[in-house]
Amino acid sequence: MSSQPLTRTLLTALLSGLACWSCQPQGDIASNQRDSLLVYCSEGSPDAFNPQLVSSGTSYDATAHTIYNQLVTYNSGTTDIAPALAESWKISDDGTRYRFKLKEGVNFHGNQDFTPTRTLNADDVIFSFNRQRLSSHPFHEVSGGRYPYFYSQGLDQLILDINKVSDKEVEFVLSRPESPFLAILATPFASILSAEYAEVLQGLDRLEWIDSKPIGTGPFRFKRYEPDSYIRYEAFEDYFGGAPKIKDLVYSITPDAAMRFARFSAGECDIMSNPLPVHLRIARQNKLNILEIPGFNVAYWAFNVEKPPFHDVKVRQALSMAINREAILKAVYDRQAQIATSPIPPSSWAYNKQVSRVRYNTQQAKQLLAEAGYENGFTIDIWAMPIQRTYNPNARKMAEMMQQDLEKIGVKARIISYEWGTFLARVAQGLHHSVLLGWNADNGDPSNFLNPLLSCASARSGNNYAKWCHPTFDQLILNASQSSDIEKRKQYYLQAQALFKEEAPWLTIAHANKSLLTQPDVTGLVISPVGNVEFDKVSFNKGETPPDEDTN
Amino acid sequence: MFKLLIRHGTTLLISLFGLTLLTFVLSQRGDSALHIYQSQHFMGQYLEYLQYLLAGDWGYSSIHNRPVLYDFLQHFPATIELVMLALLFAIIFGLTLGIMAANRRGKWLDNTLMGVTLAGYSMPIYWWGMLLVLLFSLTLGWTPVAGRIDYIYDVPPVTRFMLIDSLLSQDQYGFDAFFNALLHLILPAITLSTIPMAIIARMTRSSLLGVLKAEYIRTARSKGLSQQRIIWVHALRNALIPILTISGVQVSIIMSGVIITEYIFAWPGVGKWLLEAVSRRDFASIQAGILALSLLVIAFNLALDLLASYMNPRLRRPS
Repeated sequence: MSSQPLTRTLLTALLSGLACWSCQPQGDIASNQRDSLLVYCSEGSPDAFNPQLVSSGTSYDATAHTIYNQLVTYNSGTTDIAPALAESWKISDDGTRYRFKLKEGVNFHGNQDFTPTRTLNADDVIFSFNRQRLSSHPFHEVSGGRYPYFYSQGLDQLILDINKVSDKEVEFVLSRPESPFLAILATPFASILSAEYAEVLQGLDRLEWIDSKPIGTGPFRFKRYEPDSYIRYEAFEDYFGGAPKIKDLVYSITPDAAMRFARFSAGECDIMSNPLPVHLRIARQNKLNILEIPGFNVAYWAFNVEKPPFHDVKVRQALSMAINREAILKAVYDRQAQIATSPIPPSSWAYNKQVSRVRYNTQQAKQLLAEAGYENGFTIDIWAMPIQRTYNPNARKMAEMMQQDLEKIGVKARIISYEWGTFLARVAQGLHHSVLLGWNADNGDPSNFLNPLLSCASARSGNNYAKWCHPTFDQLILNASQSSDIEKRKQYYLQAQALFKEEAPWLTIAHANKSLLTQPDVTGLVISPVGNVEFDKVSFNKGETPPDEDTN
Repeated sequence: MFKLLIRHGTTLLISLFGLTLLTFVLSQRGDSALHIYQSQHFMGQYLEYLQYLLAGDWGYSSIHNRPVLYDFLQHFPATIELVMLALLFAIIFGLTLGIMAANRRGKWLDNTLMGVTLAGYSMPIYWWGMLLVLLFSLTLGWTPVAGRIDYIYDVPPVTRFMLIDSLLSQDQYGFDAFFNALLHLILPAITLSTIPMAIIARMTRSSLLGVLKAEYIRTARSKGLSQQRIIWVHALRNALIPILTISGVQVSIIMSGVIITEYIFAWPGVGKWLLEAVSRRDFASIQAGILALSLLVIAFNLALDLLASYMNPRLRRPS
């Protein structure tokens, strides 16, 4: 009699419709494609499909090891340099000339506007670097004309010239010996683009397509990008390293971490990026696959040595001892990190194993403070970075824990935080007493930690927020950068780290792990030491589940 | 009717003036100037700004190296698809629930429905969306968690309305892709429609109850008409008018809700694009997005006002 029956019919129809759609069997095409399609739930949209133009890890992940290759790369799992597009190289005795011999038969991708007629040669290498280097280059101003990595690393000053020796040989001339140069060439910005494609685009007068319809030599060919939705790649059958085993690769852009985990749990993605500690805990309990590598990063507490009482090394040592890092590791990182004893992570070849870890010891800290003349304590500021980063998921919480630790030795701490941009600007001005910050390395060379963070030059203008300038230390890292003998370099770095520990301009807190979650049937996934994901060896193992790849 | 158009036209012009003035002032505040102005004076620059807008030059995103209008138009169809379905859900279910409640006034059904709608009305969208995902996607496995379509369907974007595009690729996938896209729409649309649905249900109930007290309804009842006929034929048409006006306000609620909903369900629409722009300080995109969404709300309100006036003679000619 009322409207009830009608509504009930409607609801029933809708619900049964729902159930029907979901239970509907997938078509044949669909199930075949499922086997060769890999879905990676990524955390954000890339800014451009050319790693030269960007500086975010998300953009590098989407380009550097899918579409492109570099001249050199890392041996998997280490920070040792291995050949990639370059077959071999020679460094001149004075360390200023690097001559690379290119691999034969390296094919470029094609698309509807471009069919490559030749394989990789020296012109492509010269094109890729000159576009960034020379403001007169026809492609320099395309897509904004900014090359953040190239210029922030001072490569415009370092690279004097690039010469074509022969079709398959190219020579870089440097303004000074710079031993990290090979490691720099393994970074995403050094990806090699096609000069032939650039010529075609000049003919079409569509120069900007070089960055939006990318052509590279990598294992996957770019197919389509829907902004904020997905990136679709296809396997490149003629890849010089062998065709990938999967046919289609999709980056599904899912910025919310909880939702990413939900999609992963529902099987909508095969691999999930940037899981939160809580996801890893759930994954462990449920015996899911976690791929975890010690991260190439460091979180630290820097003391501003220009501000008393931090000019006194005893104060710095005392405060370092007063902090319970075990507790921080548990509460802030949920154990997804290891305690840092040096700015350089243990996976680096230059890591100093001899340097001992600072022990948490309140009594000794008090005693040191008394020796320095501060038995009644003092008040300091701790500046805590306001944003979340892999190396420090929660600086605020960390600062609060440190506040309590410091109170035990009579030091009162105030926690200070600003909006991120303001925070960095003020810290750069040196307005802080002490600051909680961190660093993600962009290449595998130890110089990438020590030079930008602790050199005298960077204390004047740069990322040395301890404002610590030690002439001996500075000389050691300079020598290390200029020597091309790896054994000598290692000795310099070992001494530098020992000196750093004595002087204690920072308390090194942690190296956070980089982790991914994978479905049980995914095998062959590799994370490069600096944290980029590589899919070219991935395949689906339909049989038994592979052994747990947890390396912790 | 002519007077009516003039009256609404004036309101429209005033809102447009206020809106563009606001975005213009905001654009002066950003880090980098979005447009280059010839004039030195504020009003002169404002007029030039309007010219730029009319010419389709809404600024240039320094982060994406693209005109922002292009980005906006790429994201817009996804939002429209979601908003339309949510609005449809809100109206159909809101009306039905409101009528059911009014029909059973004071009975347990009425009380339950009003309690439920009050809960729906005060539901934080983010939490509610997550809850729905937990139940329907993760526990029951009926619906997908997020996205617009399963990636096994490689549907090229033509119109950027997934429902249409999936039909266009029918040769390859039959209707599978279309149903899959529809399935992906359900949870986001329910999440987004919950609050407006609750509001519409409550409005329908109170409006209908008001109308049911009128003399002519008593006359109709005394003539022996059935309750069904009284409600559907006589009462509803008059009860609908205030609801129509309220629906205009719902559009602005939906537009603010769509930002959160798109974020939760990784829905590649304007909301997700705007949030990204905010987090990256892409001022050009933020302004264009705000301007476009506000224009949309104004246009919707205007259309609904006109419709309400058309349906209600009393509004047509103000005394």
